[in-house]
Amino acid sequence: MIRFDEVTKVYRGTARPALNGVSLEILSGEFVFLVGASGSGKSTFLRLVLKEEKPSTGTIHVLGQDLGRISSRKVPYFRRNLGVVFQDFRLLPNKTVFDNVAFSLQVIGKSAGFIHEAVPDALQTVGLDGKAQRYPHELSGGEQQRVAIARAVVNKPAILLADEPTGNLDPETSGGIMALLERINANGTTVIMATHDAGIVDRLQRRVIEVIGGRVVRDERGGGYKTQATPIVTQGFGLGDAR
Amino acid sequence: MRLGLVISEVGQGLRRNLSMVISVVLVTFISLTFVGAAVLLQMQITQMKSYWFDRAQVAVYLCTEFSTVGGCDQQAATPDQVALVQAQLESETLAPFIDTFYFETQEEAFARFQEQFEGQAVADLITPELLPEAFWVNLIDPTQSDILVDALGGLVGVESIVDQRSYLEQIFAILNAASFTAIGIAALMLVAAALLIATTIRLSAFSRRREIGIMRLVGASNRFIQTPFIIEGVVAALIGSVLAGLAVVAIVQFFVQGYLAETLPLTSFVGLQDALLVVPLLIAAGAVLAALSANVAITRYLRV
Ligand SMILES: Nc1ncnc2c1ncn2[C@@H]1O[C@H](COP(=O)(O)OP(=O)(O)OP(=O)(O)O)[C@@H](O)[C@H]1O
Ligand SMILES: [Mg+2]
Repeated sequence: MIRFDEVTKVYRGTARPALNGVSLEILSGEFVFLVGASGSGKSTFLRLVLKEEKPSTGTIHVLGQDLGRISSRKVPYFRRNLGVVFQDFRLLPNKTVFDNVAFSLQVIGKSAGFIHEAVPDALQTVGLDGKAQRYPHELSGGEQQRVAIARAVVNKPAILLADEPTGNLDPETSGGIMALLERINANGTTVIMATHDAGIVDRLQRRVIEVIGGRVVRDERGGGYKTQATPIVTQGFGLGDAR
Repeated sequence: MRLGLVISEVGQGLRRNLSMVISVVLVTFISLTFVGAAVLLQMQITQMKSYWFDRAQVAVYLCTEFSTVGGCDQQAATPDQVALVQAQLESETLAPFIDTFYFETQEEAFARFQEQFEGQAVADLITPELLPEAFWVNLIDPTQSDILVDALGGLVGVESIVDQRSYLEQIFAILNAASFTAIGIAALMLVAAALLIATTIRLSAFSRRREIGIMRLVGASNRFIQTPFIIEGVVAALIGSVLAGLAVVAIVQFFVQGYLAETLPLTSFVGLQDALLVVPLLIAAGAVLAALSANVAITRYLRV
């Protein structure tokens, strides 16, 4: 489903790689936590999957396609297979909940008929069926994130990428969002979630990939946020990064 | 659905950037008006050239009592000398090049002079004796006046041979310079218009960066993202070009036909049908210019 082979990413104008020799494979239907300190390269990983950035070296396969071989004209069509959710929701403030979700279908040329079927469906999935005509500022943070998730899954993507989706939410609301993501995963969507939330990772006991300074230091099925050994390693790298 | 969406995006963009859009409209309006004026001026020059060059004659001026140049020695040309020139014009060597010619006496020249300079002080100073007799020659090919100069230039009694085209050349050189100036100004203004359109489109894209970000995220095609911006630039420029078209028509209708044609009734001027020929040209130029610069601007904006 997703395969990284010796992927290194060095941003232009920086010396230290944001990702360094990463090789891993994520299978269809998995739920993967991406953990690591700030600046360790989690968002970079997700951006590479989305082909928002291209690797400096190494190859990435997503859904059977070599991302290095997709022409920039074809990238939008590739992205239609992926849903993305961010910490800051990224909703359009001047559109209603319904229109925010519908917008993502309109701009990829879906018919009005399809939109009127799919959007209420997605809103129901995330538990917002009564609030379709609200505007984002009339919703709580948790509800806004649900709108963002509805937008990400309305086109039934094979993969859902979530970059700290609970970063702005209190623990209880986060719990609701996680239940939602688990439900989406149970329906067959591969979910990759970058997070700092130790409680969530420990509770769900899913596959955990830990990144430190751009390197994968742990890839564990059914793991927690930290193993016994890693805090020391993290500290060491953390000091090195501070310079 | 998609078309409706594109149209509403364009409308929003135009409204949000109203002041920039107005400046695009004005700059394309003025620059294309200059383009139109330059084109019309070229048409006018071509029209006048074909009119006047066809009628341009070569004058073979004969000596007067006062002339010292050419084959003259302060003696008026004698009837024999006049007859000799006429014989030359009718000779086998020259006749094939000459369409028609006629002789103008001093009295006829005086009458023409009086008519031409009527009401001006110089008309009172001139007497018939001062004006030379002349043969007025219409050549079959008006460019071949050198043949006459070669054949008649050395004859006694011939003062000078003047091709009217040389006067016309000067007038047309001035008109040409004017039209090239207009073209130069138009070109500079068009550059300004193109840059302004590009800036406006970038600004418009910037003010919609949220939408653009989401469109890219969910996989809207590049063309779908770009089209509203390009249409936005084209619409603004089209308003400017239509105004320029109206201005050109108005200039021809009210200034050229209404004023110039009445003041100078003997000259033929560009008319409404010429102006109507220029209008589609201006509109097409405006649309193409806007589409190109908006396209470049939005493509570059989306790449970074
Ligand atoms: N566009 C960019 N240009 C240059 N450097 C970048 C860019 N984006 C990220 N980086 C650098 O790459 C490294 C990894 O960044 P990344 O955003 O992937 O970290 P992260 O793990 O997502 O951090 P956080 O948990 O704070 O979101 C950091 O050192 C960051 O400064
Ligand atoms: Mg990040």
